[in-house]
Amino acid sequence: MPDYKYPPMESRKLMGRRISRVDGPQKAAGKAKYNSDVRPAGTVHGAILHSPHAHCRIKSIDTADAQKIAGVTAVRVIAKPGTEIQWTNQEIASVAARTEEIARDAVRAIKVEYEILPHLVREDRLDKVGSRAKPAGEVVTGDPEEAFKMADVTHEGDYGIPVITHCCLEPHGQTVAWSGDKVEFWPSTQNVSAVGDDLAKGLEIPAANVHTHMDYIGGGFGSKFQSDLWGQEAARLSKESGGKPVKLYLDRAPELTIAGVRPSVYAKVKLAAKKDGTLVAWDSLTWMTGGFGGGGLNADLLPYVFRNVPNRRINHTAVSVNSGGSRAWRAPNHPQVSYVTCAALEDLAAKLDMDPYDLFMKNLELTARPEVYKSQLSQAADMIGWKKNWHPRGDKTKGPIKRGLGLGIGTWGGAGHASQCRAKIHPDGSVEVELGTQDLGTGTRTVIMQVAAETLGLPFNAVKLTIGDNSLPRSGASGGSTTVGGVSASTRIATSNALEKLFEAVAPGLGSDKDGLEAVDGKIQVKGNPSKSLTWKQACAKLGVTTISEEGRHDPRNPRGLSTLGVGGIQMADVSVDVETGVVRINKVVAVQDVGLVVNPKLADSQVHGGIIMGVCGALMEERVMDEMSGKCLNADMEFYKLAGIADIGEIEVKMDITPDHDSRGVIGLGEPSTIPTIAAIANAAANAIGVRVPTLPLTPRNVLDALAGRRMA
Amino acid sequence: MQAFEFASPTSVKEALGLLGAQFSDAQLLAGGTDQISLLKERLHHPKRVVSLRNVKELHGIKKTGGGIRIGAMATVDEVMESSLVRAEYPSLVQAARGIASPQIRNMGTMGGDLCQRTRCWYYRNHLGLLAMKDGKSLVAEGQNEYHAIFGNSGPAKFVSASSFGPALVALGATVTVVSPSGSRSMKVADLFHTPKERGERETVLKSNEIITEILVPSARGVKNATYEVRQKQALDWPLVAASVALTMKGNSVGSAMVVLGHVAPTPHMASAAASMLSGKSITEDVAAQAGAAAAQGATPLSGNTYKVDLVKVAVKRALLAAVGA
Repeated sequence: MPDYKYPPMESRKLMGRRISRVDGPQKAAGKAKYNSDVRPAGTVHGAILHSPHAHCRIKSIDTADAQKIAGVTAVRVIAKPGTEIQWTNQEIASVAARTEEIARDAVRAIKVEYEILPHLVREDRLDKVGSRAKPAGEVVTGDPEEAFKMADVTHEGDYGIPVITHCCLEPHGQTVAWSGDKVEFWPSTQNVSAVGDDLAKGLEIPAANVHTHMDYIGGGFGSKFQSDLWGQEAARLSKESGGKPVKLYLDRAPELTIAGVRPSVYAKVKLAAKKDGTLVAWDSLTWMTGGFGGGGLNADLLPYVFRNVPNRRINHTAVSVNSGGSRAWRAPNHPQVSYVTCAALEDLAAKLDMDPYDLFMKNLELTARPEVYKSQLSQAADMIGWKKNWHPRGDKTKGPIKRGLGLGIGTWGGAGHASQCRAKIHPDGSVEVELGTQDLGTGTRTVIMQVAAETLGLPFNAVKLTIGDNSLPRSGASGGSTTVGGVSASTRIATSNALEKLFEAVAPGLGSDKDGLEAVDGKIQVKGNPSKSLTWKQACAKLGVTTISEEGRHDPRNPRGLSTLGVGGIQMADVSVDVETGVVRINKVVAVQDVGLVVNPKLADSQVHGGIIMGVCGALMEERVMDEMSGKCLNADMEFYKLAGIADIGEIEVKMDITPDHDSRGVIGLGEPSTIPTIAAIANAAANAIGVRVPTLPLTPRNVLDALAGRRMA
Repeated sequence: MQAFEFASPTSVKEALGLLGAQFSDAQLLAGGTDQISLLKERLHHPKRVVSLRNVKELHGIKKTGGGIRIGAMATVDEVMESSLVRAEYPSLVQAARGIASPQIRNMGTMGGDLCQRTRCWYYRNHLGLLAMKDGKSLVAEGQNEYHAIFGNSGPAKFVSASSFGPALVALGATVTVVSPSGSRSMKVADLFHTPKERGERETVLKSNEIITEILVPSARGVKNATYEVRQKQALDWPLVAASVALTMKGNSVGSAMVVLGHVAPTPHMASAAASMLSGKSITEDVAAQAGAAAAQGATPLSGNTYKVDLVKVAVKRALLAAVGA
């Protein structure tokens, strides 16, 4: 059996190199075809009738007029009379028609009588949600009561971070053709290998009958794993339209209201510490909503990272509201609990008249990886000039612009998912690698090619890679930062297996056995005797007419040292706040992140940039605004659902924490950890700048000025 | 979008003939940066859309008498880049620059800026311009962080979206409006309207009227500036804007105009601030006092008291910018 371990750091030729992503030029030139660009011949257009009410019952539904419109190919009722609708934009009916315009007209021609029912859409005030609150029960460790009584200092604070949406620029949707017993499926998905299974289940057909294709995706962030009602509905519309492909994508407002959100978290926190900053107790009451289902916050993560505090009391309440449900959002739970924890620790440090950097350092024994965080805190502090630039709370500089520093902490798993890969070596020397994975824009294609070419001793471009099709060997969904660990491992295994077959074929001619050979610099040579060698082409020619085709399987239960889990990260932010306008500007965010073996540091940096940019948006401007009286989301658009533009982002500096120790842990995922500490770091920097905590995010002029003036949120 | 007939006249006269007695008969299309989204959202659903693109007489910026004439179809970018505008009206250039999207500056027009509908999210979500439910305002106790803090005692609580309105009012500009019965001229301040009843709109314009031009009097010796508070550097609506025009007597202010944007259903004249400025030279202290005077009498709603703070700073900074301090 080949040795699957990744080659040692010092002898890697391609892994570890800053190679630009292979699909960059196609994307930059607009040549990359996203599935929302796919429109096979004969495509008809789907549209959905969404509920205008937050809570209602369908009394009657009449589709006769819609059916009569010329060009309409199918009309379907989703919510039959009697159905109780629990959120605005829930699906009532669907239509397919020759053009998008006709489909929309047909949707408007459907007559629905609604019985309007009372709704609740806001959860920020726990005292106003009544019976919609579902307390999860109390978790206690140690003796918090006694610890608070005996503590040198205590701090109490309120913190809030609102519901935000995934806001995928390519909305959820697909083109799908269901003809006979075959379904051709082009979804926007994070789950190429299995999303077709999910569709098949919904359609009650065999999984093997669904063929899924996807080359590019315009954003998922955790919200695109399933085929969804829209996929199933589009398939049924296709069948009822005589097998014509149906293209159905959500409009912006439904995209922001029913295609997934990140739950809010509101918290009342009490902390107890010794005079020297040693944390002795944590008490939190948190509540949140993830939509009608309530949704879960893993409150047991509190206090985040510093979880081994000896005395804890955790209470958590989920609130059911009449709004679309939550979905996994880049590091589920973590950005919110990182904010709540780091903000409370920063406030405690202020009360102790202590530098929060020292307070974090002081308490690292409460974390799972003290040495890693110690080193990362120190590296990040050097990058941002913490020791030189940090000042106690409240910048005393004259004038309205106040500057401050803040820090945030993160942790994540990120072990590789189950993945299979097929590697082929052809007699003409060409190499193909195939996986049913997807590249979310993270650089998965590039990384796979690096691992494959490294293993085979070939140049990077010698590998022809095919992904994005469920007829290829199955690979896991891209969620939880599991992709890079999984695909790197399966690629390493498959290409090693294929190479061994090539060694077997050429060993006799080189007077060696297969174990005595190595693939280096485009040659197959005898280990220790490079004069006995064949070029790659010569070696492959020995295969005659037979292509080598070998599979590799990464099993997370037996990772063979190729992947592991558990990473840490520290981010620090430098912000300026105009205390007259309340406008917060990011000067700089620095990140130090360990992530095992880094296959491509350029792509890794790029991932962290993306994570920080999402964090900047969340810290400064993102917020789903619900109106209690009308039950509507008021900013389900790209105008008042604010995202940062380039000028709003500030400078970003990333340091991947690459050490022999981290490297030896194998390949670990980076998507989620990179976004976790950003919000905490920015919020703390703002508090440091202006001298008061802005308890509820985002840091809008309103929230900042209200905090400065001591006004409570309305 | 509801299907409509599209007309592209080449003269104002022809355009007038294509308009109707109701806004549902016909709507004007200038740059389309607002109208197209109103059509898509079916907030407007006219039988006919009348494009003004090919009406030559509506374009261009030129000298006229002592001042300038800005055609209603002059784009935001043309206003921003015009040497005539740059020479005397920094206030207009700054207002244009606040529209932080080259695409919108290239398409959006001066006339369109004045006639655009409010960005009130209740209105945009089909809850009505006055946003009433069962006789009660949705806005007063609702999500009103972007809403009015002046002129909000009636049912209208939205804010005027116009970027140029406050600057034009401060500069004493007039607007020429034509209808089938002739042409009339009015102060830009009188163009805006606070609706009291359903069916009224944000301007006094009727469905068969067209703004043809904006006449801005000379601003020689008038120090003027616009300062807007915006959260984002990228495209974002101002939270509050202030435009000032100071007719100077030597180093002190002879007379002043202080006009606020995004605080009321119309551009809002801060008369107390204006009158306290006369006879004074603009210092940091005087500017701050004028800001405080401008904020007096504000009637914030449940969640927008912060905008009162913003009025103070916007006026202060506009005054300091006007005198180059």
